[in-house]
Amino acid sequence: MKIKAALATTAAFISASALSAADLEVTHWWTSGGEAVAVSEFAKAVNEKTAHNWVDGAIAGSGGTARPIIISRILGGDPMAATQLNHGRQAEELIEAGLMTDLTDLAEAEGWKDFVYPSSLLEGCTYEGRIYCVPVNIHSTQWLWLSHDAFEQAGIEVPKDWFEFVAAAPKLEEAGLVPMAQGQQGWQQAIAFGALSISVVGIDTWSKVVVEKDADVAGGPEYAKVFQASANARELARNSNVQDWNLATNMVITGKAGGQIMGDWAQGEFAVAGQVAGEDYTCLPGLGLNQVIDTGGDAFYFPVVDDPDVKAAQLEMASILISKEAQVAFNLAKGSLPVRGDIDLSTANDCMQKGLAILAAGGVLPNADQTLSADTQTQIKDLMAEFWASDMTAEDAQARYASIIASAD
Amino acid sequence: MVDATSPTAGRILEGPRGSKPKSRLSRRNIFLYGTLLLVSIYYLLPLYVMIVTSLKGMPEIRLGNIFAPPVEITFEPWVKAWAEACTGINCDGLSRGFGNSVKILIPSLILSISIASVNGYALANWRFKGSEVFFTILIIGAFIPYQTMLYPIVIILREIGLMGSLWGLVLVHTVFGMPILTLLFRNYFTSLPEELFKAARVDGAGFWGVYFRVMLPMSIPIFVVAMILQVTGIWNDFLFGVIYTKPETYPMTVQLNNIVNSVQGIKEYNVNMAATLLTGLVPLVIYFVSGKLFVRGIAAGAVKG
Amino acid sequence: MTLADTARVSDNPVRRPKQLFRNLSAKFASIPMILTALVVFVGGTAWTVAHSFTKSRLLPKWDFVGLDQYERLWNSNRWIISVENLLIYGVCSLVLTMVLGFTLAALLDRKIRFEGAFRTIFLYPFALSFIVTGLAWQWILNPDFGIQGVVRNMGWESFTFDPLNDPDIVIFGILIAGLWQGTGFVMVIMLAGLRGIDEDIWKAARVDGIGITKTYVRVIIPMMRPVFVTALVIIASGIIKLYDLVVAQTNGGPGIASEVPAKYVINYMFEAQNLAQGFAASTMMLLSVIIVLVPWAYLEFGGKKRG
Repeated sequence: MKIKAALATTAAFISASALSAADLEVTHWWTSGGEAVAVSEFAKAVNEKTAHNWVDGAIAGSGGTARPIIISRILGGDPMAATQLNHGRQAEELIEAGLMTDLTDLAEAEGWKDFVYPSSLLEGCTYEGRIYCVPVNIHSTQWLWLSHDAFEQAGIEVPKDWFEFVAAAPKLEEAGLVPMAQGQQGWQQAIAFGALSISVVGIDTWSKVVVEKDADVAGGPEYAKVFQASANARELARNSNVQDWNLATNMVITGKAGGQIMGDWAQGEFAVAGQVAGEDYTCLPGLGLNQVIDTGGDAFYFPVVDDPDVKAAQLEMASILISKEAQVAFNLAKGSLPVRGDIDLSTANDCMQKGLAILAAGGVLPNADQTLSADTQTQIKDLMAEFWASDMTAEDAQARYASIIASAD
Repeated sequence: MVDATSPTAGRILEGPRGSKPKSRLSRRNIFLYGTLLLVSIYYLLPLYVMIVTSLKGMPEIRLGNIFAPPVEITFEPWVKAWAEACTGINCDGLSRGFGNSVKILIPSLILSISIASVNGYALANWRFKGSEVFFTILIIGAFIPYQTMLYPIVIILREIGLMGSLWGLVLVHTVFGMPILTLLFRNYFTSLPEELFKAARVDGAGFWGVYFRVMLPMSIPIFVVAMILQVTGIWNDFLFGVIYTKPETYPMTVQLNNIVNSVQGIKEYNVNMAATLLTGLVPLVIYFVSGKLFVRGIAAGAVKG
Repeated sequence: MTLADTARVSDNPVRRPKQLFRNLSAKFASIPMILTALVVFVGGTAWTVAHSFTKSRLLPKWDFVGLDQYERLWNSNRWIISVENLLIYGVCSLVLTMVLGFTLAALLDRKIRFEGAFRTIFLYPFALSFIVTGLAWQWILNPDFGIQGVVRNMGWESFTFDPLNDPDIVIFGILIAGLWQGTGFVMVIMLAGLRGIDEDIWKAARVDGIGITKTYVRVIIPMMRPVFVTALVIIASGIIKLYDLVVAQTNGGPGIASEVPAKYVINYMFEAQNLAQGFAASTMMLLSVIIVLVPWAYLEFGGKKRG
């Protein structure tokens, strides 16, 4: 049995240090309905399978609220046992400063390389050849969520891609609905923009801008289409006056809005509301235009601590987070894709199956967290927040976007 | 320059000035009370709306207007806010935070006020070379946005080994409470009659002797002001609480933020309002109970420039 | 403690106890203050300013890049909007708090009934945090349920009062909440100042036949200069720190229309993980404080021996 062997090696590896119960404080910012259910799956796994105790340190708000708290705690020499962070470039400097636990030995003992799929996830955790985090899920942000109820009210078919959706908008408006739900926060607007850009211009042009940071392409005629599409989207979302993403999703769930561009985590909200993919709502990865999704996601980092009990417990916890059972339970609740290529997800719903199929076909993009620094992303968010809330022309927005890309690193 | 301090405290409760109103319904009175009542609406409206909202069920909130009194009074939002609201997987509402806030408040209060009062006393009666320079730096410090100091303070706390402990937070509250409190105490002690100080000196009392035997007993009004200011300041603090504590020791404000921002499904305005009121209860009660003392104390010392 | 104790006059300057040649205990007792002033305020500020000339990202580092961060700062649309917002908010808040605070105090000082009740009503918001203030006013100004919704339900369909979703006036929506929270305290200070003015001055004014308003403007206000100074310090130090209220009420929105400098600092330090950019922004804030404050603080506290 492969699992048993893996468990044995893990046990051998871990028992090197003394095993006694430790309180493991875990910080994360998963506080919406679906997220809370998902994280409790992790907590359950840790509490049941180890002698340790998961102390939940949820910080509400977004990553932007939680990260300063997490980082200053680590810098201040009072680290938590484990913390959520998006992998990619966020933790680079913390690793460089020697503040994060090296998980390479555990990863090799358990053979993470063999089952983590796509492999870019583990690369996101790797710094100078060593592994520093456990990827726990794959999140992609190129999804259009459509409410069947809303289109029924408008008396039209559920659209199959973004352009059909735009064409259907007037009918939705006639029926007194908001065509597009959009939370009025910069990061959500940046997600909508990102999804529109990959879907409208395709991978090659997109990579030139986002990966290679070619400002000429960003300011060029091809990319102008993206900004035109964004300006359209802005019009469709004129009457959407909610702030939080899940309130916007709620508009779609209750049939008050036709659709929303949001990451796959929106699925968790549909699930909590008891809706069924394909019956009550439709999801279109790549906005129905390009069958690609990015592979961002969350990862757990384990700051370096002094307490040997906690040290040993950290490794046990890392091992559990990536185990098959925990992966299935967590991701089914959260609506994200598991990080292992070797699990059977036939129980997953329609949308997750679509995502898995795209993954299997290799339609995988690097995530913005891996290609752009937090600094550049913040500038894009600021620009998007301003663009969506004002009457800024597509041309102006594009010119400013190009200059951000020009100075990106 | 007129010393605004002096006769103030005595008069403040004796009653106001001005000619006696001639008749109850004079035009002047209508204007006076009319204005005051109008302004009162502006001040009372938010409290009223918060209370009313917190007593309604969600369906009623979505249908009705926020100013209407509740049709069916329910205390469920209060129960939920206190004991059941969820953040992540913890569903114990604000209850945990209350004890933590008290634990943070009391040592911070004692330390910050005792240090600031001694500072103020030294600045008023025992000035030494450079003391005013330090004081000026302190006052300018009152204008620095706290956020600027977050990083250096993380480093300082790390170096002295207090990061993450309750005492680290107490220290931070002491440091940031110092400018305004020192100003208060300095002004107050300056306004006390010099003869008292001289007499005590002649009797042979030293720095601490004068402070404990003469100054301290005379400065209760200003201690009350300092206490009220600090209770509200520390109790309402969010920024330091969230950065310099851990989940087990989160103060109430941090949990309030967690509850209000943990949107699960729909935004439960009634629970949010109940949570908000619960968090504000301690400083509110203190103001309602000791408002008179506060005004008296301010009059006694704070107004001197 | 009796009232009489606190009411004694001390206009004559206290002579420094020169006989105490060293003043050791005083210096010893002032160590916490000196440490705070030097280590935290001066040291921390110097550290921040120094690092604003670097390209520190997530962690502070010493890669000197000169004025790059400042150049970028002043090219940032968001920063410019933040500064404009703070100026508008600052001027309005300063003027209105002073006027409102003084007017309310003067009204309460006119021998009225229920003075204590009114005073409590005006003062209680000061006990609430900006987070609470922001949430409460966000709720009242909510276009669907709040004032606008209610007026529309009463039949005035075209009534529009939605400051929090209108980029042009959103800063005034925040101002409404800020004034609500802060004017009470200023009123109390003003009231204390008014009560400190000698009854004889009023008598003299009456004898001379000077009207009430005129007496306030010509005589009382000039006499209350120190009170105004104290109020000014308190209001101004609050204005520059404006952050929590914005976060709770609008989070900078709609778009970036209600951004303020302190929020820019925080966002760039932590969310964008560009410490140096945040430091540059906070250095600019500090610089403006110093330009305004140092000459004044010198005159007020340093120049004279006694306040």
